[in-house]
Amino acid sequence: MIPFDYRRAADVEGAVAEAARTGAAFLAGGTNLVDRMKLGVSAPEVLVDINRLPLDGVEELPGGGLRVGATVRNSDLAAHPVVRRDYPLLSRALLSGASGQLRTLATTGGNLLQRTRCLYFQDTSTPCNKREPGSGCSAIDGHNRQHAILGASEHCVAVHPSDMAVAMAALDATVLVHGPGGPRTVPLTDLHRLPGDEPHRDTVLSAADLITAVDLPPLPRGTRSLYRKVRDRASYAFALVSVALVLHVDDDVVRDVRIALGGVAHKPWRARRAEGVLRGRPVSADVFLEAAEAELADARPLSGNAFKVPLARNVIVSALRDLAWEER
Amino acid sequence: MTDLLRPRAMGRSPRRVEGPAKVTGTAPYASDQPVHDPVHAWLVQAEVARGVVTSVDTGRALAEEGVLTVLTPDNAPRLASTEDAELAALQSHDVDFRGQVLAVVVARTPETARHAASLVRVVVEQRPHDVRLSGDRADLYAPEQVNGGFETDTAEGDLAAGLAQAAHVVDRTYTTAWYNNNPLEPHATTAVWSDENLLLYDSTQGVHTTREAVAETFGLSPERVHVISPHVGGGFGAKGTAHVHAILAAMAARALPDVPVKLALTRQQMYSLVGYRTPTIQRVRLGGSADGRLTALAVDAIGQTSRFKEFAEQTAVPARTMYAAPHRRTTHRLAALDVPVPAWMRAPGECPGMFGPEVAMDELAIACGLDPVEFRVRNEPEVEPESGKPFSSRNLVACLREGARRFGWSHRDPTPGARQESGWRVGTGVAASTYPVNRSPGSEANIRFTAPGRYRVEIGAADIGTGTWTSLAQIAADALGVDHGDVELRIGDTRLPKASVAGGSSGITSWGSTVVAAARAFREKFGDRPDDGDETCVAMPESSASDDYAMHAFGAQFAEVRVHVDTGEVRVPRLLGVFAVGRVVNPRLARSQLVGGMTMGLSMALHEHSLLDERFGHVVNHDLAEYHIATNSDVPDVEAHWIEEHDPHTNPMGTKGIGEIGIVGTAAAIVNAAHHATGIRVRDLPLTLDHFVR
Ligand SMILES: Cc1cc2nc3c(=O)[nH]c(=O)nc-3n(C[C@H](O)[C@H](O)[C@H](O)COP(=O)(O)OP(=O)(O)OC[C@H]3O[C@@H](n4cnc5c(N)ncnc54)[C@H](O)[C@@H]3O)c2cc1C
Ligand code: SF4
Repeated sequence: MIPFDYRRAADVEGAVAEAARTGAAFLAGGTNLVDRMKLGVSAPEVLVDINRLPLDGVEELPGGGLRVGATVRNSDLAAHPVVRRDYPLLSRALLSGASGQLRTLATTGGNLLQRTRCLYFQDTSTPCNKREPGSGCSAIDGHNRQHAILGASEHCVAVHPSDMAVAMAALDATVLVHGPGGPRTVPLTDLHRLPGDEPHRDTVLSAADLITAVDLPPLPRGTRSLYRKVRDRASYAFALVSVALVLHVDDDVVRDVRIALGGVAHKPWRARRAEGVLRGRPVSADVFLEAAEAELADARPLSGNAFKVPLARNVIVSALRDLAWEER
Repeated sequence: MTDLLRPRAMGRSPRRVEGPAKVTGTAPYASDQPVHDPVHAWLVQAEVARGVVTSVDTGRALAEEGVLTVLTPDNAPRLASTEDAELAALQSHDVDFRGQVLAVVVARTPETARHAASLVRVVVEQRPHDVRLSGDRADLYAPEQVNGGFETDTAEGDLAAGLAQAAHVVDRTYTTAWYNNNPLEPHATTAVWSDENLLLYDSTQGVHTTREAVAETFGLSPERVHVISPHVGGGFGAKGTAHVHAILAAMAARALPDVPVKLALTRQQMYSLVGYRTPTIQRVRLGGSADGRLTALAVDAIGQTSRFKEFAEQTAVPARTMYAAPHRRTTHRLAALDVPVPAWMRAPGECPGMFGPEVAMDELAIACGLDPVEFRVRNEPEVEPESGKPFSSRNLVACLREGARRFGWSHRDPTPGARQESGWRVGTGVAASTYPVNRSPGSEANIRFTAPGRYRVEIGAADIGTGTWTSLAQIAADALGVDHGDVELRIGDTRLPKASVAGGSSGITSWGSTVVAAARAFREKFGDRPDDGDETCVAMPESSASDDYAMHAFGAQFAEVRVHVDTGEVRVPRLLGVFAVGRVVNPRLARSQLVGGMTMGLSMALHEHSLLDERFGHVVNHDLAEYHIATNSDVPDVEAHWIEEHDPHTNPMGTKGIGEIGIVGTAAAIVNAAHHATGIRVRDLPLTLDHFVR
């Protein structure tokens, strides 16, 4: 068989050192990594199991907010009382992903670093720049219904599949990383990259960087939030378009707004242009539409996903509408 | 007219007899059968759609520890028969489709076999391939006949005149997608070859069918091939004929005498090796008079086949049965492509073939200003339109009326796009279902009495999840006049008397008729007080009913569809079917078949779609994450009902077959409901949200 080594890490430093020395891959829930190994998409020589590391806690932070450990299971995080109370959109996003069985295994860190579901990325008999740099992108002229409309490049048009990450992007979360050089933090919205001419690099992390936790800042009082996912079946499908929205309206004026889109780009897409249009403006259907259209002005749909542009527009507008005019 | 059996056990709902074994994981499926020290086979598949193998290097694979042998086109033994080109494993260096098996590696563990398979270097000189089905290809051809042995083309009257007379004409093209059979249990074969005898544990819809195919391919006499298949985790037609993996498993076993060889396909491999439903392009022309009677009806169906073996889906055949019209025609044309060979998938012919016409009927009903239920009733034929035979029984109208009543159809405002509820446009639609009563020749059954009071009934029938273990015993009980519990049924083994395949919804008709004949012969011979060991074996009696009657089941399906105003998402909150399927042997199992069929129809309507990449020549969404099948949340409410139907002509039980009709018409009902909801007419499946988002 294809040989690989398996090591169980005793502590964070040890895990990082092992990965730095051997080029190991971290094994968390394994729901993505093991699949890829079976498909021949990934062939790590060493697996460092991080499941026993003390990273499975959810703690309230002194100044408000929440620290979510990297190995907290998606199902536990979704059900956590503080998450349900203070970050219901995150709970929603988690529960809209995958299936019950998968969520029970899937972890916070693994969910962030799961790789694209592009059909060609997962099929080693076809060219793919992300899997094999320089081999070509099969999706650009192939089946690309699921693919990007924003921020793609001629080298890769894949999307990041996570729902959880989209909610976290709208929450302005921070990722805690422990690398060979010690601990550091990365804003969640800077964690994932756009493909550019290096589509094989999904994120700014290096192979030996271990995610230890994600910090969620507190939401100001009076903000409302939602996560809405549109997909090809009612459950157990990746997003065609999803939206995470955090909105603070006072006196019918948008005081604060954060919008993140899923299913449209190589990363959870913060809709900063739309946010810019909205901030300080009175709530109205016209303003919402203007914001959505501003965000999508640069959308470049592919042969099979032109529908995503009006879909994303409608989803943004209806999410804003529903939150802005929701009964208090 | 047949001598109808008096129902005592039939009509009741005993639970599946093998249920406890299945839910406790002790029911042995093909790959679970306990064999001593098995080895494992793994396939190497072509990564081009057309070409010629110029060299195969097995050196690195053979050098792996634990690898026992590698079979390739260079060293594989010659088969006795290559008549069935699909089964001609490793017999030629030609590559006819992407995914074709080019080598098989056998090793001590599946992991080793899989890894070694990746080390086999096959060099293929690639040739240009052609996998594109379209209606305007110049090389479309008419097959000699279509699946089921039906005529390719039929015509009656003067179609052009019929259309010219019509007050309203629908002339539209409808398409159904490429669908792959996805039974939960992937295909698997365990083979043991010893002393020129071959034992196969196979996941098959017919042990004898598999035996015949394998025996013929290897030139063995059938008695030397023993096939065992007590439980099958679904087949939907994909296990109805032998596929190449069974031959490969046997070939590997022959290379390693006395050693059990296990070969289990992966889900991905199933997408190229076990058949699929061809995509279809259906031009439907209907002419209607001002008072809503069909003046003309034509269905021109196009499908695909592989170049190396023909399969012709009988898409236009149901149109020959459904509605009266004086001027009519049906045709079938095929494109021969560099693709895997299509095959049976639940209700071949009827399932795709009732999509276009039943949507067209909705379009014409609207054009005529008639309610679609009423419109269908108005076009009820007195006899089967094309054969002119009387129906043994036909209760489509009763199904439509009963369905309309149960569904609450009478309150329907026919205006499209008129109803909206909390962000969803709401509509309802209807379509008809039909499926022929098929009877397959060749079954035999043996009945043996064991004192004090048990009857052993033996027939090599199959239970593919349909409930044969339970329902066939109910039939035997009534035929013998004993309790269900006094019957010990044995099926799924070629040591038992020969049985036809579980296909074409013909199982209960064929095996049941055989068992009834055996029971009657047994009673005739031994009376009501047989002695221990008394037994008799008889073959299925001939029946001429199909010479005199057109025999079909019918049904009507009603759907409620919601389409989201902002997102175009399509949901089917309610699906209701009423069927006329003759006698229902076991209502619990029958409901499960009908609800299962309708669910699969819903899945076809909304989700299923094998994505062929024309550049590479294969289906690229080849797993259950990407090939969408309806999930539980997509199917909130499916109801199946049936009307009392007494048909004395079909067989002694009065049954008609229920395994397939549930999938027929569902997609049309849903598309019609979506039109009612939105005013948007979709003619190409699946009904994804991009049809509606604006
Ligand atoms: C059929 C199917 C449907 C799915 N549907 C959805 C969906 O709708 N929405 C959705 O969001 N997701 C979906 N998923 C994906 C699922 O959410 C991910 O597989 C899961 O979150 C991955 O988590 P894991 O812990 O199992 O990761 P693993 O498989 O263990 O790891 C994934 C990757 O992250 C790396 N890694 C893991 N933890 C760390 C860490 N702490 N630091 C650094 N690197 C790390 C691993 O090395 C690996 O490369 C689906 C998956 C499947 C199989
Ligand atoms: S879109 Fe990206 S992941 Fe998909 S084939 Fe192209 S390069 Fe590979």
